Amino acid sequence: MDAIFLQILNGLDKGGAYALIALGLTLVFGTLGVVNFAHGALFMLGAFCAVTLHRILNISFERVSETQKDFLGNPLKEQVPYLQEWFGPQVSEFLLDWSVPISILLAIIVMGIIGVVMERGLIKHFYKRPHADQILVTFGLAIILQEIVRHYFGANPIPQSAPDVFAGAANVGNWVGLGDNVIYPWWRLVYFMFSALVIFGVFAFLQFTTFGMVVRAGMQDRETVGLLGINIQRRFTVVFGLAAAVAGVAGAMYTPILPPDYHMGMDFLVLSFVVVVVGGMGSLAGAVLAGFMLGILQSFASMNEVKSILPGIDQIIIYLVAVIVLLTLPRGLMGRKGVMED
Amino acid sequence: MFSSLSRNDWLLLIVFSAIVLVLPWALQPIGAAYPDLLQKFAIFGIFAIGFNILFGLTGYLSFGHAAFIGVGSYVAVWSFKLLTMNVIPAVILSVGMAAVFAFLIGYVSLRRSGIYFSILTLAFAQMSYNLAYSVLTPITNGETGLQVRAIRQTAETSLRDGDVRVIDQLFGIPEVGVPITNLFGMKMSGYPGFYFCAVLLIICFFIAMCITKSNFGMMLKAIKSNQNRLNYTGIHTRPYLISAFVISGMYAGLAGSLLAITDPIAGAERMQWTASGEVVLMTILGGAGTLVGPVLGAGLIKYAEQKVSSWNEGILHNALSALPDGVEDFLVGLFSFFVGEGWHLTLGFLFMVIVIFLPGGLMEGARRIRASFGRDNSSKASGSKTVSQPAE
Repeated sequence: MDAIFLQILNGLDKGGAYALIALGLTLVFGTLGVVNFAHGALFMLGAFCAVTLHRILNISFERVSETQKDFLGNPLKEQVPYLQEWFGPQVSEFLLDWSVPISILLAIIVMGIIGVVMERGLIKHFYKRPHADQILVTFGLAIILQEIVRHYFGANPIPQSAPDVFAGAANVGNWVGLGDNVIYPWWRLVYFMFSALVIFGVFAFLQFTTFGMVVRAGMQDRETVGLLGINIQRRFTVVFGLAAAVAGVAGAMYTPILPPDYHMGMDFLVLSFVVVVVGGMGSLAGAVLAGFMLGILQSFASMNEVKSILPGIDQIIIYLVAVIVLLTLPRGLMGRKGVMED
Repeated sequence: MFSSLSRNDWLLLIVFSAIVLVLPWALQPIGAAYPDLLQKFAIFGIFAIGFNILFGLTGYLSFGHAAFIGVGSYVAVWSFKLLTMNVIPAVILSVGMAAVFAFLIGYVSLRRSGIYFSILTLAFAQMSYNLAYSVLTPITNGETGLQVRAIRQTAETSLRDGDVRVIDQLFGIPEVGVPITNLFGMKMSGYPGFYFCAVLLIICFFIAMCITKSNFGMMLKAIKSNQNRLNYTGIHTRPYLISAFVISGMYAGLAGSLLAITDPIAGAERMQWTASGEVVLMTILGGAGTLVGPVLGAGLIKYAEQKVSSWNEGILHNALSALPDGVEDFLVGLFSFFVGEGWHLTLGFLFMVIVIFLPGGLMEGARRIRASFGRDNSSKASGSKTVSQPAE
């Protein structure tokens, strides 16, 4: 029982990341009808927003130290972050400690802009082209984005740390009355909560605002909405920016769990695509459901007990599920009729 | 089968063969005439021709073709380890095994079309890649890669570290040092290796030509243009699609075995999905659906990969030294992003530029240029045609 509960927990944070990326992907499918292979790269860029913010906060100047001296008695030079100089050590410590959560703000702004620019500059011209062309051009864009990141940040993963408050592990087992055996890192819990919050936010935005209503109407029947005198195109562009921002914050918050490197986007992209397909093209709820489901399945498959019966199952479980789902339920778990069918 | 080929086709085949065979001399001026690169041209040419049979003719975009290259490589190396260093069994077994794999994967994947097909093939390729790295290490030797070794002395040595080579032992072929792949004694490295690949490339080109011009090829093109209509006329398209998928998988298997023949090591990184993306780019760059295009694309990509990744700032400074200093520094700074380590960046840009501006590839570009130069001729020709029509 403990083990099962722990595996479910383990699957939640990864599932959260899958769900957030897949949500953006399927939103773009549903609105613009575009297959975006660069979405994983957006996740990666978001992660590097966190890295960048940390570096910006650390920008420092050199000055002669007042307290430290070297062994000859000459004063040493020391690096002082500007933040510390301007706001004092406490604020600076706090900001550095909380750089990952703060980077969400940066990620939303930067990724939103990147998303809108990308849609206006490139995707716009590919609405009418075949899906193969869309896949190829965004694949090229993904390569470019990841190579640029590699150029500036190097090829090695850059670890980021969560705020000290969330260091260590939570005794989750105690909360639900399972004894002390089930402990789980705090930050992963936070990530799960965060992803649930973002997903809820996106759904609420689409469900309860006028803007969201128009977007949903546009997903159903774009032409009629256009005939009503609504500029649906502009709203879809905003949706693309929203999808990019969601992928971005998902990446930024994921950095303490997985140190970001330049190809993390590609790794997640393939999986997220599988998630979208399993959930059903264009279905938001399906993407979220499939994301969490596959995350949890993956963590169950990597249990030693399972691996000893079916060796290697942890490596292929997601793809295997995708194959089975696609062959038995052609529209995925919750796919709508008429979306992406040829 | 041959009767469907017109005189122009035979001409094309002869010209193509001639060009391929004189490549070692023809490419001397651009510094590409060394065996390693020439072998790559031929091998990836075969891969791209095969991919084009599926993508170019039927329009089904597979993102998992690298898996067959991997299968081909592994089978070839195992053939070297267990049977003989002769390349003939390696080639035959690889192609056969790739066909089996392609049939299994194709049978499942081709139940769906469009983007779903791409994702399914991608999923299968990723599965093979992950398995090759994890559970299948006894067969694939994981990250180290599978290599040809010396004959093992005792049966305790694992097959990964010591080879058997039953047939070679049977015929008492002596082995000195590291065994080298051969074709009945002719060593398959350097130029002989290239010519072996080149001959196979020409044969593959010929087969692809026959397929394109045959009724079967016609059917594949019909699937691309409108599959529904075919279904309505009562034609069951799946057998055709599966055949095309298997054929292109066999081409990839052949390419994989040739990679192993020219350099007897097989690693899982050949199966990664970026490798599948590369062959898509080759085909698109040259021109999907054309015969010569994919080979051209493969050659260009491999050439650019070799050249661009070997350039550095020094070479750029030399090349641009004629320009004023400020401009030179600026351009060198700009281009240095794209050369050396930045080769993938160039690849990405190439990808986008081709897809955005020239979806038909270089062959389409060439056709357009020819059309714009020969406009007068063609208008005259069409004019005379309209004149002659009433007379008929």
